[in-house]
Amino acid sequence: MDASRLAVAIACWTLTVTAHAGAYGIGTRPTDAQIAAWNIDVAPDGKALPPGRGTVEQGHAIYDRQCAACHGLDLQGGMGPALAGGVGSLASEKPLKTVGSYWPYATTLFDYIRRTMPLASPQTLSSDELYALVGYVLFRNGIVPAGTTVDAAQVVNVRMPNREGFYLDDRPDTKERPCDEHCLRATKK
Amino acid sequence: MLSRIAGAAGSTLVVGLVGEAAGEPTKTGALAPADPDAFPTVPTWTRQIGAPTGKGYGQPSPHESAVTRRLYPGLTQPITAYSTSPLQDLDGGITPNGLFFERHHAGVPAIDPGKHRLMIHGLVKEPLLLTVDDIRQFPSVSRIHFIECAGNPSFLPPWGKTAAEVAGLVSCAEWTGVSLRTLLEEVGLHPDAKWVIAEGADAAAMTRSIPLEKCLDDTLVVYSQNGERLRPEQGYPLRLVVPGFEGNMNIKWLRRLHVTNAPAYSREETAKYTDLMPDGRARKFSFVMECKSIITQPSGSHQLTRHGAHEIRGIAWSGMGKVERVDVSVDGGATWHKAELQSTVHAKALTAFRAPFPWNGEERVIMSRAIDETGYVQPTLSALEAARGKNSFYHNNAIQPWRIASDGNVTNGRE
Ligand code: HEC
Repeated sequence: MDASRLAVAIACWTLTVTAHAGAYGIGTRPTDAQIAAWNIDVAPDGKALPPGRGTVEQGHAIYDRQCAACHGLDLQGGMGPALAGGVGSLASEKPLKTVGSYWPYATTLFDYIRRTMPLASPQTLSSDELYALVGYVLFRNGIVPAGTTVDAAQVVNVRMPNREGFYLDDRPDTKERPCDEHCLRATKK
Repeated sequence: MLSRIAGAAGSTLVVGLVGEAAGEPTKTGALAPADPDAFPTVPTWTRQIGAPTGKGYGQPSPHESAVTRRLYPGLTQPITAYSTSPLQDLDGGITPNGLFFERHHAGVPAIDPGKHRLMIHGLVKEPLLLTVDDIRQFPSVSRIHFIECAGNPSFLPPWGKTAAEVAGLVSCAEWTGVSLRTLLEEVGLHPDAKWVIAEGADAAAMTRSIPLEKCLDDTLVVYSQNGERLRPEQGYPLRLVVPGFEGNMNIKWLRRLHVTNAPAYSREETAKYTDLMPDGRARKFSFVMECKSIITQPSGSHQLTRHGAHEIRGIAWSGMGKVERVDVSVDGGATWHKAELQSTVHAKALTAFRAPFPWNGEERVIMSRAIDETGYVQPTLSALEAARGKNSFYHNNAIQPWRIASDGNVTNGRE
């Protein structure tokens, strides 16, 4: 048997005795249900958003009960960061980075609240509650009106004020030369 | 003989070589007649047998109990918080596991390794579920790398008092695990794959998107640190190590790798870990920790106790590769001299340096400047501020000055 035939034979043998195609054949193949149970990533395309909907008003009630203790009744912050305000402050001496002033995508808000808020009991909110909370936080930032019902399409399509505020890392941005003598004079010039 | 004296913060500090002729009567000297262990009597520990062998997990001497991690000054709670490595008390380029800096966003999870899983899914030919034991079956790799928090420190005062407060969110270890490339080859990548979203199993379900290129280059999935299994605070039982990239991307308690064609724009790569520039726009995906160094001895809160020959010691590192050279200045940056590097310099690892330092009671400002193999030179704070303003918060790799007063007291030289 030549080398390539041997390789094919080994590959076929590996395929028959293991669950997957890899060279080591270690591990098992998760089922689609198992993947779905763990995969909670929501990217800006929103394709992974779950079905559901919630109103700003519902969000207000949930927020006051489950979030306000740490983020403030007016979303002004407390033990947790402020969730509103700061629009127009980014180029100032005291920038305030919040969902409203800084976050480029509302999908991030859904994703983040779902995976880790409230701080002491993460991953307990239902999809409807999450949509309602996203709606309320966006409303308090003046991004959606009071009567809004939020669903997946809203979360994807809402235009965040700072959407265009980011650009790819362009460092290195300092071009220092290693000076050895009289360096303080050199830099003062 | 090494002289130890209580520092300002109450910790015990090694401050330098003390000659026999130092002369001043120390406390120990004054008590000598009553103290059975005082030099030159043969001390108690020589005249009786010591503690038994095999007492389980070894602990540092009780005399070193002041050498600990500390919560960053100003933090009001320990759950979404960070603690610094006591750089001013450490020697060389490897951080002991119990002193490795911490940054957690929702506390340290108590993970049962038997129930932990790593799932790899998304744009792969076959998704894969691995136990910790499974992962240990793959070919292993051991490499030395630093991990540094992106905000080490911020650009704004208060400037820290000690080396830990100035730059203690960096540590270095030898990591053992499997190359992520091996795992990704095992699952087989779809041609559209461009990013890998890594997720932790903690209550923050910490999530970062990592470019596929980096995942196929030198990224590791590790289970051991300095020879032993990861500590819970460092991601037990599995952690991603993304050499040279900001600490937050080195996902601890790693449970999921989601191969995608686009980044997730998770909260930690939008609201956080983006660098706000003076025009109000921000840099995103600013991953690399650029070349940096700091003098750790003598440093803030240390005290020089005699005149004569001393040694400056410190650490240097670069997320771009190897440290090529470190220079030190003892005149506030006017003149610079080459320091000596440790014999083996690893890429993206803490590199110890040392330089002779004669001191005879002059007021001095000492500092170090590192240059990496790409030719990048560690900048001054003013050079960074000229490029980025004062609000970019992350990725501050500025030169750190320490002021030595005529009485030998060392404080932060930043004004
Ligand atoms: C026990 C206090 C606490 C509660 C209750 C709480 N949070 Fe938080 N929240 C925090 C802390 C602390 C952070 C910052 C976490 C970090 O940086 O790691 C945070 C961060 C956030 C952020 C990110 C803000 C930013 O600009 O980065 C959002 C959004 C948020 N919380 C929403 C919520 C919502 C919605 C609720 C209610 C369902 C909630 N939180 C309940 C403490 C809390």
